[in-house]
Amino acid sequence: MRRQRRESRVHERYLRHSKKFPNIWCAGCGIGIVLGAIIRAVDGLQLDKDDVAMISGIGCTGRMPVYVDFNTMHTTHGRALAFATGLKMVRPEMKVIVVMGDGDALAIGGNHFIHAARRNIGLTAIVVNNLTYGMTGGQYSPTTPIGALATTAPYGHIEQPFPIAELAVAAGAAFVARSTVYHVRELEKYIARAINVEGFAVVEAVSYCHTTLGRLNRWGTAPEMMRRLKENSVTLKQAESMSEEEKRGKIVRGIFVEQEIPEYTRLYDRIIERAQQRTSLQVETA
Amino acid sequence: MSKFEALTGNAAVATAMRQINPDVVAAYPITPQTSTVQTFADFVADGLVDTEFVCVESEHSAMSACVGASAAGARVMTATAANGLALMWEILYIAASNRCPIVMSLVNRALSAPINIHCDHSDVMGIRDSGWLILFSENGQEAYDNLIQAVRIAEHPDVLLPVAICQDGFITSHALERVEIYDDADVRAFVGEYKPQWPLLDLEHPKTYGPLDFYDYYYEHKRQQVEAMEHAQRVILEVAEEFNRKFNRNYGLFEPYRLEDAEVAVIVANSTAGTARVVVDRLRDEGLKVGLLKPRVFRPFPAEELADALSHLKAVAVMDRSISFGAMDNAGPLFLELAAALALHGVQVPMADYVYGLGGRDILPHEIERVYRDALKVAETGRVERRVTYLSVRE
Repeated sequence: MRRQRRESRVHERYLRHSKKFPNIWCAGCGIGIVLGAIIRAVDGLQLDKDDVAMISGIGCTGRMPVYVDFNTMHTTHGRALAFATGLKMVRPEMKVIVVMGDGDALAIGGNHFIHAARRNIGLTAIVVNNLTYGMTGGQYSPTTPIGALATTAPYGHIEQPFPIAELAVAAGAAFVARSTVYHVRELEKYIARAINVEGFAVVEAVSYCHTTLGRLNRWGTAPEMMRRLKENSVTLKQAESMSEEEKRGKIVRGIFVEQEIPEYTRLYDRIIERAQQRTSLQVETA
Repeated sequence: MSKFEALTGNAAVATAMRQINPDVVAAYPITPQTSTVQTFADFVADGLVDTEFVCVESEHSAMSACVGASAAGARVMTATAANGLALMWEILYIAASNRCPIVMSLVNRALSAPINIHCDHSDVMGIRDSGWLILFSENGQEAYDNLIQAVRIAEHPDVLLPVAICQDGFITSHALERVEIYDDADVRAFVGEYKPQWPLLDLEHPKTYGPLDFYDYYYEHKRQQVEAMEHAQRVILEVAEEFNRKFNRNYGLFEPYRLEDAEVAVIVANSTAGTARVVVDRLRDEGLKVGLLKPRVFRPFPAEELADALSHLKAVAVMDRSISFGAMDNAGPLFLELAAALALHGVQVPMADYVYGLGGRDILPHEIERVYRDALKVAETGRVERRVTYLSVRE
């Protein structure tokens, strides 16, 4: 009870609840849970609100920065990481949290996603993966499972989905983790770790959309879809001893990679320093 | 036999697409266009059309896929709005320059930032110089009719240019209205079969689209685009005439309403023209000589015809649903172009511009009435007190 009261105060300190509420998310949506996890993670790290920026693109998740009292920017579809890259280059000391949906991060913004990872720029990318374009009405996205019905695939989807975490690992991110909106403490822990990483950190938060994709596929109500996240997921450790067949269709949770590799803005500063030394050397010899 | 159906503007457009049965549709979801393509996706899945339906990962890719398919010789359609159109921008020019007769349903919505999903015309005004033909539609019926005609206009051998058919986001795209849907066979007969003149897939006669073209021939290619634009107006009228005869309609370059004996007129495009018509009737009942001109064809801009139609007036009020920032008096694009047209064609009439409804702000009859009453005052005094007014904005 006491803990709950404390938490509600935590949220009030970080939300623009008196100005911007009610939020636009459907009752039962998982995005609010991700937002709660981000707020508690930031609070736990004792960061100054003014040192945190939250950047988003377009879509249901794209609305998130509207509700928080950080430095916020609501940008265009797919370009959240591009805007955030600009911000990080100018203010490398800032904690820049980029929130995106699966359509936003992997389809229209897929290029920015892999290159931000390759470059290892110090951004925290949180991808809320609800497997669809929810806001526009349940069109299939790059993470929609094969066979699922979508408004643009009324007889079943035939394209392979992107595994977001594995994609981020392959693209070279410094930190990659996956959890779900059911495993909210775990999610919060991963987000906190991601924020502290020097380099590009990705947290995939698997969620659901009961309003569009869930309804189309008769996956049940929000609590039922939530239960599926619980029952249908395994930890990385459990997955190690499972066969490919057993792992099929399972959500694998855990930290996929955590490595120390040079962060981009630091490398950039170093190159400037080197170039300046060289010019001053030339001036001296002249 | 045609039949009347209760359809949203987007559903009417999707129905036209079903009847046209294009070879390729490539699109990406964006409010308020989405329901068009989503409805069309059902038609594809249900086997009602033969279309190759490509769900791409952005509008930039959507227009790129359209250009590729069109160059290959396909009849191609797409739909978008606002930022989607903005993201297509690079490829819009390529579509026009490659002379790809693509037809697009453009559901007008405000451009970011701040983000807004409601209607204004800032999206379409950004492509004024892209080489696309641009037609406005007041309601679902006009969007449906214009889309069918657009296929013929675009594919005409003297034109071969892409066409954008506009309607107002949410106001008509999502409003359920009575729409006359013509017989499938009649529509198919009207649009006919597309016979591409230079298809990329004609392997016997290899050709290339859009290769490097410097100071040697680039300029000539641009000059040819001008020629196509010059032909477009005639073709639009020819197609309209045939369409009117066949489907009992009355399309032209623009639509005058009680304009003949009017002393003042409002010029306004898309859905607001419907509201303005009501205001005209109301003021006419008071004995005031007011009229309305609703532009249909914006590109190519029918300057001379507009000047002729407005030459007898004592005052003209233009209503713009977008701003041309930094242009003369920060007026709207419709006003600027019309002012130039009237001046160059020797029509001396006092003009004022009224910017309205940005980001979907509602425009009500009493506000349009105020525009008319201003114009009547200008007609009386011959003097424009305020060149540009931003209607119902907090200042």
